[in-house]
Amino acid sequence: MKPKTPLNVDLLRADFPILTREIGSANKKLIYLDSTATAQKPTDVIDAMNDFYRLNNANIHRGVHTLAEESTAMYESGREQVAALINASPREVIFTRNTTESINLVAYSWARTNLQAGDLIILTEMEHHSNLVPWQMLEAERGVRLEFVPITNDYLFDMDAYRELLKQEPKLVSFTQMSNVLGTITPAKEIIRLAHEVGAITLVDAAQSVPHLPVDVRDLDADFMAFSAHKMVGPSGIGALYGKLDLLNAMPPFMGGGDMIKTVHLRSFATNEVPYKFEAGTPAIAEAIGFGAAAAYLQNIGMDAIAAHEQEMSEYVLEHLEEIPGITVIGPSAAHKGAVASFVMDGVHPHDVAQILDADGIAVRAGHHCAQPLHEKCGIQSTTRASFYLYNTKEEVDALVEGIYKVKKIFG
Amino acid sequence: MDDLYREVIIERYKTPHYRGHLDPHDIFFEDDNPVCGDHIEITVQTDETDVVKAAAFDGHGCSISQASADLLIESIHGKTLDEVKSLTKDDVIELLGIDLGPVRLKCALLSLKVLKAGAYGLGTEEVSDALVE
Repeated sequence: MKPKTPLNVDLLRADFPILTREIGSANKKLIYLDSTATAQKPTDVIDAMNDFYRLNNANIHRGVHTLAEESTAMYESGREQVAALINASPREVIFTRNTTESINLVAYSWARTNLQAGDLIILTEMEHHSNLVPWQMLEAERGVRLEFVPITNDYLFDMDAYRELLKQEPKLVSFTQMSNVLGTITPAKEIIRLAHEVGAITLVDAAQSVPHLPVDVRDLDADFMAFSAHKMVGPSGIGALYGKLDLLNAMPPFMGGGDMIKTVHLRSFATNEVPYKFEAGTPAIAEAIGFGAAAAYLQNIGMDAIAAHEQEMSEYVLEHLEEIPGITVIGPSAAHKGAVASFVMDGVHPHDVAQILDADGIAVRAGHHCAQPLHEKCGIQSTTRASFYLYNTKEEVDALVEGIYKVKKIFG
Repeated sequence: MDDLYREVIIERYKTPHYRGHLDPHDIFFEDDNPVCGDHIEITVQTDETDVVKAAAFDGHGCSISQASADLLIESIHGKTLDEVKSLTKDDVIELLGIDLGPVRLKCALLSLKVLKAGAYGLGTEEVSDALVE
Protein backbone atom coordinates (compact mmCIF):
# COMPACT_ATOMS: atom_id res chain seq x y z
CA MET A 1 0.00 0.00 0.00
CA LYS A 2 1.29 3.45 -0.90
CA PRO A 3 1.52 6.22 1.67
CA LYS A 4 -1.58 8.37 1.64
CA THR A 5 -0.70 11.91 2.60
CA PRO A 6 -2.88 13.80 3.29
CA LEU A 7 -5.40 11.20 4.26
CA ASN A 8 -7.55 9.88 1.45
CA VAL A 9 -10.38 8.72 3.68
CA ASP A 10 -12.55 7.32 0.89
CA LEU A 11 -9.67 5.17 -0.29
CA LEU A 12 -8.61 3.91 3.11
CA ARG A 13 -12.17 3.10 4.18
CA ALA A 14 -11.96 0.28 1.64
CA ASP A 15 -9.24 -1.23 3.85
CA PHE A 16 -11.81 -1.81 6.61
CA PRO A 17 -14.28 -4.53 5.60
CA ILE A 18 -16.62 -3.95 8.53
CA LEU A 19 -17.43 -0.42 7.36
CA THR A 20 -19.68 -1.85 4.64
CA ARG A 21 -21.87 -3.55 7.27
CA GLU A 22 -25.51 -2.72 7.58
CA ILE A 23 -27.26 -2.41 10.92
CA GLY A 24 -30.75 -3.48 11.96
CA SER A 25 -33.86 -4.36 10.00
CA ALA A 26 -33.77 -0.99 8.24
CA ASN A 27 -30.32 -1.87 6.79
CA LYS A 28 -28.70 1.35 7.92
CA LYS A 29 -25.10 1.82 6.92
CA LEU A 30 -22.79 1.42 9.92
CA ILE A 31 -21.47 4.73 11.24
CA TYR A 32 -18.82 3.65 13.72
CA LEU A 33 -18.10 6.40 16.27
CA ASP A 34 -16.67 4.23 19.04
CA SER A 35 -12.99 3.90 18.13
CA THR A 36 -11.90 5.19 21.51
CA ALA A 37 -13.31 1.96 22.96
CA THR A 38 -11.85 -0.16 20.18
CA ALA A 39 -10.88 0.58 16.60
CA GLN A 40 -11.95 -1.37 13.53
CA LYS A 41 -9.38 -3.55 11.76
CA PRO A 42 -7.99 -3.20 8.24
CA THR A 43 -7.56 -6.15 5.87
CA ASP A 44 -3.77 -5.94 6.39
CA VAL A 45 -4.22 -6.90 10.05
CA ILE A 46 -6.93 -9.51 9.52
CA ASP A 47 -4.95 -11.15 6.72
CA ALA A 48 -1.68 -11.13 8.65
CA MET A 49 -3.30 -13.12 11.44
CA ASN A 50 -5.29 -15.42 9.15
CA ASP A 51 -2.25 -16.15 7.00
CA PHE A 52 -0.21 -16.99 10.08
CA TYR A 53 -2.76 -19.59 11.19
CA ARG A 54 -3.13 -20.98 7.66
CA LEU A 55 0.55 -21.16 6.79
CA ASN A 56 2.99 -20.72 9.65
CA ASN A 57 1.45 -21.57 13.00
CA ALA A 58 3.85 -23.07 15.57
CA ASN A 59 4.97 -22.17 19.06
CA ILE A 60 7.80 -19.67 19.14
CA HIS A 61 11.39 -19.79 20.46
CA ARG A 62 13.47 -22.97 20.83
CA GLY A 63 11.78 -24.80 17.96
CA VAL A 64 14.09 -25.84 15.13
CA HIS A 65 11.52 -26.93 12.58
CA THR A 66 10.58 -24.62 9.75
CA LEU A 67 7.23 -23.48 11.12
CA ALA A 68 8.71 -22.72 14.54
CA GLU A 69 11.44 -20.63 12.98
CA GLU A 70 8.97 -18.79 10.78
CA SER A 71 6.62 -18.16 13.69
CA THR A 72 9.43 -16.86 15.88
CA ALA A 73 10.65 -14.54 13.15
CA MET A 74 7.11 -13.23 12.54
CA TYR A 75 6.49 -12.67 16.25
CA GLU A 76 9.76 -10.76 16.64
CA SER A 77 9.07 -8.83 13.47
CA GLY A 78 5.76 -7.74 15.06
CA ARG A 79 7.76 -6.42 17.99
CA GLU A 80 10.09 -4.52 15.64
CA GLN A 81 7.16 -2.89 13.85
CA VAL A 82 5.55 -1.82 17.12
CA ALA A 83 8.89 -0.49 18.41
CA ALA A 84 9.45 1.44 15.17
CA LEU A 85 6.10 3.23 15.53
CA ILE A 86 7.15 4.77 18.86
CA ASN A 87 10.88 5.06 18.04
CA ALA A 88 11.91 2.46 20.62
CA SER A 89 14.39 -0.38 20.40
CA PRO A 90 12.62 -3.77 20.07
CA ARG A 91 14.26 -4.99 23.29
CA GLU A 92 12.43 -2.26 25.17
CA VAL A 93 9.00 -3.41 24.00
CA ILE A 94 7.31 -6.06 26.14
CA PHE A 95 4.17 -7.70 24.87
CA THR A 96 1.36 -7.77 27.43
CA ARG A 97 -2.37 -8.38 27.16
CA ASN A 98 -3.31 -4.71 27.07
CA THR A 99 -2.62 -1.27 28.55
CA THR A 100 -4.03 -2.40 31.89
CA GLU A 101 -1.61 -5.31 32.15
CA SER A 102 1.28 -3.06 31.13
CA ILE A 103 0.48 -0.66 33.97
CA ASN A 104 0.06 -3.56 36.38
CA LEU A 105 3.44 -4.91 35.30
CA VAL A 106 5.05 -1.64 36.37
CA ALA A 107 3.00 -1.59 39.58
CA TYR A 108 3.96 -5.14 40.53
CA SER A 109 7.54 -5.31 39.32
CA TRP A 110 9.00 -1.81 39.41
CA ALA A 111 6.86 -0.16 42.09
CA ARG A 112 6.87 -3.02 44.58
CA THR A 113 10.66 -3.14 44.33
CA ASN A 114 11.29 0.59 44.49
CA LEU A 115 8.53 2.19 46.56
CA GLN A 116 8.17 2.20 50.34
CA ALA A 117 5.45 3.37 52.69
CA GLY A 118 5.05 7.12 52.48
CA ASP A 119 6.47 7.42 48.96
CA LEU A 120 4.39 9.64 46.71
CA ILE A 121 2.81 8.70 43.37
CA ILE A 122 1.31 11.52 41.33
CA LEU A 123 -1.66 10.69 39.07
CA THR A 124 -4.28 12.96 37.49
CA GLU A 125 -8.01 13.37 37.98
CA MET A 126 -8.69 12.25 34.43
CA GLU A 127 -7.16 8.79 34.61
CA HIS A 128 -8.88 5.69 33.30
CA HIS A 129 -9.59 3.11 36.00
CA SER A 130 -6.60 1.15 34.68
CA ASN A 131 -4.24 3.88 35.86
CA LEU A 132 -6.00 4.35 39.18
CA VAL A 133 -6.87 0.98 40.65
CA PRO A 134 -3.36 -0.61 40.45
CA TRP A 135 -2.05 2.34 42.47
CA GLN A 136 -4.95 2.25 44.92
CA MET A 137 -4.11 -1.43 45.48
CA LEU A 138 -0.48 -0.50 46.09
CA GLU A 139 -1.58 2.24 48.46
CA ALA A 140 -3.57 -0.30 50.48
CA GLU A 141 -0.75 -2.85 50.44
CA ARG A 142 2.33 -0.65 50.84
CA GLY A 143 1.10 2.61 52.29
CA VAL A 144 2.36 4.67 49.36
CA ARG A 145 0.62 8.03 49.00
CA LEU A 146 -1.43 9.13 45.99
CA GLU A 147 -1.93 12.72 44.90
CA PHE A 148 -3.90 13.87 41.88
CA VAL A 149 -3.17 16.70 39.48
CA PRO A 150 -6.54 18.41 38.99
CA ILE A 151 -8.02 19.48 35.69
CA THR A 152 -8.51 23.18 35.09
CA ASN A 153 -11.90 24.77 34.38
CA ASP A 154 -11.00 24.39 30.69
CA TYR A 155 -10.52 20.62 31.20
CA LEU A 156 -6.75 20.85 30.83
CA PHE A 157 -3.90 19.39 32.89
CA ASP A 158 -3.28 21.91 35.70
CA MET A 159 0.42 22.62 35.27
CA ASP A 160 0.59 25.02 38.24
CA ALA A 161 -0.91 22.47 40.59
CA TYR A 162 1.48 19.86 39.20
CA ARG A 163 4.52 22.04 39.87
CA GLU A 164 3.26 22.51 43.41
CA LEU A 165 2.84 18.74 43.92
CA LEU A 166 6.33 18.08 42.57
CA LYS A 167 7.74 19.92 45.60
CA GLN A 168 6.71 16.86 47.60
CA GLU A 169 9.26 14.87 45.57
CA PRO A 170 7.20 12.06 44.09
CA LYS A 171 8.85 8.76 43.17
CA LEU A 172 6.49 8.13 40.25
CA VAL A 173 4.36 10.29 37.97
CA SER A 174 1.84 8.19 36.03
CA PHE A 175 -0.50 10.04 33.68
CA THR A 176 -2.59 9.79 30.55
CA GLN A 177 -1.31 11.40 27.38
CA MET A 178 -4.86 11.68 26.05
CA SER A 179 -8.03 11.39 28.15
CA ASN A 180 -10.46 8.80 26.83
CA VAL A 181 -13.40 10.93 27.96
CA LEU A 182 -12.37 14.57 27.59
CA GLY A 183 -9.97 13.98 24.72
CA THR A 184 -7.57 16.30 26.56
CA ILE A 185 -4.01 15.95 25.31
CA THR A 186 -1.58 16.49 28.17
CA PRO A 187 1.82 18.20 27.72
CA ALA A 188 3.62 14.88 28.19
CA LYS A 189 7.11 16.08 27.35
CA GLU A 190 6.95 18.92 29.87
CA ILE A 191 5.34 16.70 32.52
CA ILE A 192 8.17 14.18 32.12
CA ARG A 193 10.90 16.83 32.09
CA LEU A 194 9.63 18.32 35.35
CA ALA A 195 9.24 14.88 36.94
CA HIS A 196 12.82 14.02 36.05
CA GLU A 197 14.02 17.27 37.64
CA VAL A 198 12.85 15.94 41.01
CA GLY A 199 14.11 12.43 40.30
CA ALA A 200 10.73 10.78 39.62
CA ILE A 201 10.14 7.94 37.20
CA THR A 202 7.38 8.48 34.64
CA LEU A 203 4.73 6.16 33.21
CA VAL A 204 2.67 7.37 30.27
CA ASP A 205 -0.76 5.82 29.69
CA ALA A 206 -0.65 6.07 25.92
CA ALA A 207 -3.72 3.93 25.19
CA GLN A 208 -5.36 6.86 23.39
CA SER A 209 -2.29 8.76 22.20
CA VAL A 210 -0.29 6.11 20.32
CA PRO A 211 -3.29 5.30 18.06
CA HIS A 212 -3.98 8.95 17.24
CA LEU A 213 -0.82 11.04 17.51
CA PRO A 214 2.83 10.79 16.52
CA VAL A 215 4.49 9.47 19.69
CA ASP A 216 8.26 9.26 20.10
CA VAL A 217 9.44 7.75 23.39
CA ARG A 218 12.97 9.11 22.95
CA ASP A 219 11.79 12.63 22.30
CA LEU A 220 9.41 12.42 25.29
CA ASP A 221 12.13 10.78 27.39
CA ALA A 222 9.40 8.56 28.90
CA ASP A 223 10.56 5.89 31.34
CA PHE A 224 7.55 3.64 30.79
CA MET A 225 4.73 3.77 28.27
CA ALA A 226 1.66 1.53 28.09
CA PHE A 227 -0.69 1.00 25.14
CA SER A 228 -3.00 -1.55 23.51
CA ALA A 229 -3.15 -2.94 19.98
CA HIS A 230 -6.92 -2.99 19.68
CA LYS A 231 -7.30 0.77 19.90
CA MET A 232 -4.81 1.25 17.04
CA VAL A 233 -6.48 -0.97 14.41
CA GLY A 234 -4.81 -4.10 15.79
CA PRO A 235 -6.29 -7.17 17.48
CA SER A 236 -7.60 -7.37 21.03
CA GLY A 237 -5.70 -9.47 23.58
CA ILE A 238 -2.33 -7.81 23.12
CA GLY A 239 -0.71 -4.61 24.28
CA ALA A 240 2.75 -3.31 24.94
CA LEU A 241 4.85 -1.89 27.70
CA TYR A 242 7.77 0.26 26.64
CA GLY A 243 10.45 0.67 29.28
CA LYS A 244 13.95 2.12 29.30
CA LEU A 245 16.39 -0.76 29.10
CA ASP A 246 18.24 -0.01 32.35
CA LEU A 247 14.97 0.10 34.25
CA LEU A 248 13.71 -3.14 32.72
CA ASN A 249 17.02 -4.88 33.38
CA ALA A 250 16.89 -3.95 37.06
CA MET A 251 13.30 -5.09 37.55
CA PRO A 252 12.32 -8.54 38.86
CA PRO A 253 10.03 -10.68 36.70
CA PHE A 254 6.28 -10.05 36.91
CA MET A 255 5.02 -13.59 36.26
CA GLY A 256 6.97 -16.82 36.40
CA GLY A 257 6.86 -19.63 33.86
CA GLY A 258 8.17 -20.69 30.49
CA ASP A 259 10.01 -18.31 28.16
CA MET A 260 10.90 -15.86 30.94
CA ILE A 261 13.71 -18.11 32.18
CA LYS A 262 17.26 -18.82 31.12
CA THR A 263 17.71 -21.92 33.29
CA VAL A 264 15.48 -23.71 35.76
CA HIS A 265 16.48 -26.19 38.50
CA LEU A 266 14.21 -27.77 41.05
CA ARG A 267 15.02 -25.10 43.61
CA SER A 268 16.13 -22.15 41.53
CA PHE A 269 15.87 -20.34 38.24
CA ALA A 270 17.71 -17.63 36.33
CA THR A 271 15.70 -15.11 34.33
CA ASN A 272 15.92 -14.60 30.61
CA GLU A 273 17.00 -11.25 29.24
CA VAL A 274 14.50 -8.49 28.47
CA PRO A 275 11.98 -8.40 26.95
CA TYR A 276 11.49 -12.17 27.41
CA LYS A 277 11.94 -11.88 31.17
CA PHE A 278 8.47 -10.32 31.25
CA GLU A 279 6.76 -12.62 28.75
CA ALA A 280 6.03 -15.78 30.73
CA GLY A 281 4.17 -18.54 28.93
CA THR A 282 3.17 -18.89 25.31
CA PRO A 283 2.29 -15.37 24.21
CA ALA A 284 -0.46 -14.18 21.86
CA ILE A 285 1.55 -15.01 18.74
CA ALA A 286 -0.98 -14.28 16.01
CA GLU A 287 -1.98 -11.14 17.87
CA ALA A 288 1.64 -9.95 18.02
CA ILE A 289 1.82 -10.41 14.26
CA GLY A 290 -1.45 -8.51 13.88
CA PHE A 291 -0.16 -5.81 16.24
CA GLY A 292 2.91 -5.43 14.02
CA ALA A 293 0.73 -5.21 10.92
CA ALA A 294 -1.38 -2.54 12.61
CA ALA A 295 1.69 -0.49 13.56
CA ALA A 296 3.01 -0.80 10.02
CA TYR A 297 -0.37 0.17 8.57
CA LEU A 298 -0.53 3.34 10.67
CA GLN A 299 3.10 4.22 10.04
CA ASN A 300 2.63 3.74 6.33
CA ILE A 301 -0.31 6.15 6.28
CA GLY A 302 1.60 8.51 8.57
CA MET A 303 0.71 9.48 12.12
CA ASP A 304 1.03 13.16 11.16
CA ALA A 305 -1.61 12.73 8.48
CA ILE A 306 -3.89 10.81 10.86
CA ALA A 307 -3.52 13.45 13.58
CA ALA A 308 -4.24 16.23 11.08
CA HIS A 309 -7.39 14.48 9.85
CA GLU A 310 -8.59 13.96 13.41
CA GLN A 311 -7.93 17.59 14.29
CA GLU A 312 -10.14 18.59 11.40
CA MET A 313 -12.82 16.12 12.52
CA SER A 314 -12.58 17.38 16.08
CA GLU A 315 -13.15 21.00 15.05
CA TYR A 316 -16.05 20.00 12.82
CA VAL A 317 -17.81 17.85 15.38
CA LEU A 318 -17.44 20.38 18.22
CA GLU A 319 -18.72 23.19 16.05
CA HIS A 320 -21.82 21.22 15.06
CA LEU A 321 -22.59 19.61 18.41
CA GLU A 322 -22.32 22.83 20.34
CA GLU A 323 -24.88 24.41 18.00
CA ILE A 324 -27.56 21.97 19.15
CA PRO A 325 -29.68 23.43 21.97
CA GLY A 326 -29.53 21.35 25.12
CA ILE A 327 -26.23 19.66 24.25
CA THR A 328 -23.14 20.28 26.39
CA VAL A 329 -19.82 18.88 25.24
CA ILE A 330 -17.54 17.97 28.16
CA GLY A 331 -13.92 18.72 27.33
CA PRO A 332 -11.45 21.34 26.14
CA SER A 333 -11.49 23.27 22.88
CA ALA A 334 -10.55 21.39 19.70
CA ALA A 335 -7.00 22.74 19.76
CA HIS A 336 -6.24 20.78 22.95
CA LYS A 337 -7.97 17.51 22.31
CA GLY A 338 -8.20 14.39 20.24
CA ALA A 339 -11.26 13.55 18.17
CA VAL A 340 -13.46 12.59 21.10
CA ALA A 341 -16.75 14.29 21.90
CA SER A 342 -18.36 13.34 25.20
CA PHE A 343 -21.61 15.14 25.74
CA VAL A 344 -24.67 15.37 27.91
CA MET A 345 -28.14 16.16 26.66
CA ASP A 346 -30.68 17.98 28.82
CA GLY A 347 -33.34 15.59 30.07
CA VAL A 348 -32.15 12.52 28.21
CA HIS A 349 -30.01 9.73 29.66
CA PRO A 350 -26.94 8.70 27.57
CA HIS A 351 -28.30 5.15 27.24
CA ASP A 352 -31.38 6.47 25.53
CA VAL A 353 -29.29 8.67 23.24
CA ALA A 354 -27.10 5.70 22.29
CA GLN A 355 -30.05 3.41 21.72
CA ILE A 356 -31.87 5.81 19.42
CA LEU A 357 -28.68 6.53 17.45
CA ASP A 358 -28.11 2.79 17.09
CA ALA A 359 -31.40 2.51 15.23
CA ASP A 360 -29.80 4.69 12.56
CA GLY A 361 -26.68 2.52 12.50
CA ILE A 362 -24.67 5.03 14.56
CA ALA A 363 -22.45 3.34 17.17
CA VAL A 364 -21.60 5.60 20.13
CA ARG A 365 -20.82 4.69 23.73
CA ALA A 366 -22.81 5.64 26.82
CA GLY A 367 -21.62 5.48 30.41
CA HIS A 368 -18.71 6.63 32.51
CA HIS A 369 -16.13 5.14 30.10
CA CYS A 370 -14.07 3.62 32.91
CA ALA A 371 -13.38 7.09 34.33
CA GLN A 372 -15.93 7.37 37.10
CA PRO A 373 -13.89 9.79 39.27
CA LEU A 374 -13.61 12.18 36.33
CA HIS A 375 -17.38 12.16 35.89
CA GLU A 376 -17.80 12.80 39.62
CA LYS A 377 -15.41 15.73 39.32
CA CYS A 378 -17.46 17.13 36.43
CA GLY A 379 -20.67 16.61 38.43
CA ILE A 380 -22.24 14.25 35.92
CA GLN A 381 -23.24 10.62 36.13
CA SER A 382 -22.43 9.57 32.61
CA THR A 383 -21.97 10.87 29.09
CA THR A 384 -22.58 9.87 25.50
CA ARG A 385 -19.28 9.64 23.69
CA ALA A 386 -18.72 9.87 19.96
CA SER A 387 -15.12 9.22 18.94
CA PHE A 388 -13.47 9.48 15.56
CA TYR A 389 -10.56 7.84 13.78
CA LEU A 390 -8.80 7.86 10.45
CA TYR A 391 -11.78 6.26 8.67
CA ASN A 392 -14.46 8.69 9.85
CA THR A 393 -15.91 11.40 7.62
CA LYS A 394 -17.70 14.71 8.03
CA GLU A 395 -20.80 13.11 6.51
CA GLU A 396 -20.82 10.77 9.50
CA VAL A 397 -20.71 13.75 11.85
CA ASP A 398 -23.68 15.19 9.95
CA ALA A 399 -25.54 11.90 10.47
CA LEU A 400 -24.74 12.04 14.19
CA VAL A 401 -26.13 15.56 14.43
CA GLU A 402 -29.26 14.50 12.57
CA GLY A 403 -29.61 11.52 14.92
CA ILE A 404 -29.35 13.77 17.97
CA TYR A 405 -32.17 15.91 16.62
CA LYS A 406 -34.20 12.71 16.32
CA VAL A 407 -33.51 11.95 20.01
CA LYS A 408 -34.67 15.45 20.90
CA LYS A 409 -37.86 14.91 18.91
CA ILE A 410 -38.64 11.59 20.64
CA PHE A 411 -38.04 13.06 24.08
CA GLY A 412 -39.80 16.29 23.09
CA MET B 1 -37.00 1.57 17.92
CA ASP B 2 -40.42 3.18 17.78
CA ASP B 3 -41.58 0.27 19.92
CA LEU B 4 -38.81 0.77 22.44
CA TYR B 5 -39.67 4.41 22.92
CA ARG B 6 -43.42 3.88 23.20
CA GLU B 7 -45.25 6.95 24.31
CA VAL B 8 -45.97 5.51 27.75
CA ILE B 9 -42.24 5.10 28.44
CA ILE B 10 -41.33 8.63 27.45
CA GLU B 11 -44.35 9.97 29.33
CA ARG B 12 -43.54 8.05 32.54
CA TYR B 13 -39.87 9.03 32.27
CA LYS B 14 -40.65 12.72 31.94
CA THR B 15 -43.56 12.89 34.38
CA PRO B 16 -43.50 9.87 36.66
CA HIS B 17 -46.59 9.30 38.77
CA TYR B 18 -44.93 7.59 41.71
CA ARG B 19 -41.62 9.39 42.17
CA GLY B 20 -40.96 10.26 45.78
CA HIS B 21 -39.97 8.97 49.18
CA LEU B 22 -42.58 7.80 51.70
CA ASP B 23 -42.05 8.52 55.38
CA PRO B 24 -42.84 6.60 57.45
CA HIS B 25 -42.48 3.41 55.46
CA ASP B 26 -42.50 -0.32 56.15
CA ILE B 27 -40.07 -1.25 53.41
CA PHE B 28 -37.06 0.61 52.10
CA PHE B 29 -34.40 -0.66 49.71
CA GLU B 30 -31.96 0.81 47.22
CA ASP B 31 -29.46 -0.52 44.70
CA ASP B 32 -27.42 0.44 41.65
CA ASN B 33 -26.83 -1.04 38.26
CA PRO B 34 -23.02 -1.27 38.35
CA VAL B 35 -22.79 -1.24 34.55
CA CYS B 36 -24.33 2.18 34.05
CA GLY B 37 -24.69 3.66 37.53
CA ASP B 38 -28.50 3.75 37.43
CA HIS B 39 -29.90 4.07 40.93
CA ILE B 40 -33.32 3.09 42.28
CA GLU B 41 -34.71 3.33 45.80
CA ILE B 42 -38.20 2.24 46.78
CA THR B 43 -40.35 2.91 49.84
CA VAL B 44 -43.52 0.93 50.58
CA GLN B 45 -46.27 1.31 53.18
CA THR B 46 -48.32 -1.78 53.99
CA ASP B 47 -51.43 -2.30 56.12
CA GLU B 48 -51.83 -4.84 58.94
CA THR B 49 -52.64 -7.62 56.38
CA ASP B 50 -49.44 -6.93 54.41
CA VAL B 51 -51.27 -5.29 51.54
CA VAL B 52 -49.44 -2.43 49.81
CA LYS B 53 -51.20 0.82 50.71
CA ALA B 54 -48.75 3.16 49.07
CA ALA B 55 -45.39 2.93 47.33
CA ALA B 56 -42.91 5.26 45.70
CA PHE B 57 -39.56 5.17 43.95
CA ASP B 58 -36.72 7.61 43.52
CA GLY B 59 -33.42 7.51 41.66
CA HIS B 60 -31.80 8.34 38.37
CA GLY B 61 -31.10 6.57 35.13
CA CYS B 62 -32.30 6.04 31.59
CA SER B 63 -35.91 6.19 30.45
CA ILE B 64 -36.27 2.40 30.53
CA SER B 65 -35.11 2.13 34.15
CA GLN B 66 -37.19 5.03 35.42
CA ALA B 67 -40.35 4.28 33.45
CA SER B 68 -40.29 0.62 34.44
CA ALA B 69 -39.91 1.65 38.09
CA ASP B 70 -42.91 3.95 37.81
CA LEU B 71 -45.08 1.32 36.12
CA LEU B 72 -43.97 -1.37 38.56
CA ILE B 73 -44.76 0.76 41.61
CA GLU B 74 -48.16 1.56 40.14
CA SER B 75 -48.87 -2.13 39.63
CA ILE B 76 -48.20 -3.19 43.21
CA HIS B 77 -50.76 -0.94 44.88
CA GLY B 78 -53.34 -3.24 46.50
CA LYS B 79 -51.13 -6.33 46.12
CA THR B 80 -50.05 -8.45 49.07
CA LEU B 81 -46.35 -8.76 49.86
CA ASP B 82 -46.53 -12.41 48.82
CA GLU B 83 -47.80 -11.32 45.43
CA VAL B 84 -44.98 -8.77 45.21
CA LYS B 85 -42.45 -11.50 46.03
CA SER B 86 -43.76 -13.64 43.19
CA LEU B 87 -43.36 -10.95 40.51
CA THR B 88 -40.97 -11.93 37.72
CA LYS B 89 -39.12 -10.48 34.79
CA ASP B 90 -42.08 -11.31 32.56
CA ASP B 91 -44.36 -9.07 34.61
CA VAL B 92 -42.07 -6.10 34.02
CA ILE B 93 -41.76 -6.87 30.31
CA GLU B 94 -45.53 -7.01 30.13
CA LEU B 95 -45.86 -3.67 31.90
CA LEU B 96 -43.43 -2.05 29.47
CA GLY B 97 -44.97 -3.78 26.49
CA ILE B 98 -41.68 -3.99 24.57
CA ASP B 99 -38.93 -6.45 23.77
CA LEU B 100 -35.58 -5.60 25.27
CA GLY B 101 -32.05 -6.76 24.54
CA PRO B 102 -29.94 -8.15 27.40
CA VAL B 103 -28.32 -4.82 28.32
CA ARG B 104 -31.53 -2.82 28.45
CA LEU B 105 -33.28 -5.68 30.25
CA LYS B 106 -30.95 -4.96 33.19
CA CYS B 107 -32.13 -1.34 33.13
CA ALA B 108 -35.75 -2.48 33.14
CA LEU B 109 -35.32 -5.02 35.93
CA LEU B 110 -33.40 -2.89 38.43
CA SER B 111 -36.60 -1.65 40.08
CA LEU B 112 -38.00 -5.18 40.39
CA LYS B 113 -34.76 -6.37 41.95
CA VAL B 114 -34.86 -3.54 44.49
CA LEU B 115 -38.54 -4.06 45.22
CA LYS B 116 -38.22 -7.82 45.77
CA ALA B 117 -35.08 -7.44 47.88
CA GLY B 118 -37.06 -5.01 50.04
CA ALA B 119 -40.10 -7.29 50.21
CA TYR B 120 -37.94 -10.21 51.30
CA GLY B 121 -36.08 -8.01 53.76
CA LEU B 122 -32.68 -8.89 52.30
CA GLY B 123 -29.39 -7.28 53.25
CA THR B 124 -27.42 -5.28 50.68
CA GLU B 125 -24.99 -8.16 50.12
CA GLU B 126 -27.76 -10.67 49.51
CA VAL B 127 -29.18 -9.03 46.37
CA SER B 128 -28.63 -10.97 43.18
CA ASP B 129 -29.99 -11.16 39.67
CA ALA B 130 -31.57 -14.49 40.64
CA LEU B 131 -34.33 -12.42 42.29
CA VAL B 132 -35.68 -11.37 38.93
CA GLU B 133 -35.12 -14.49 36.85
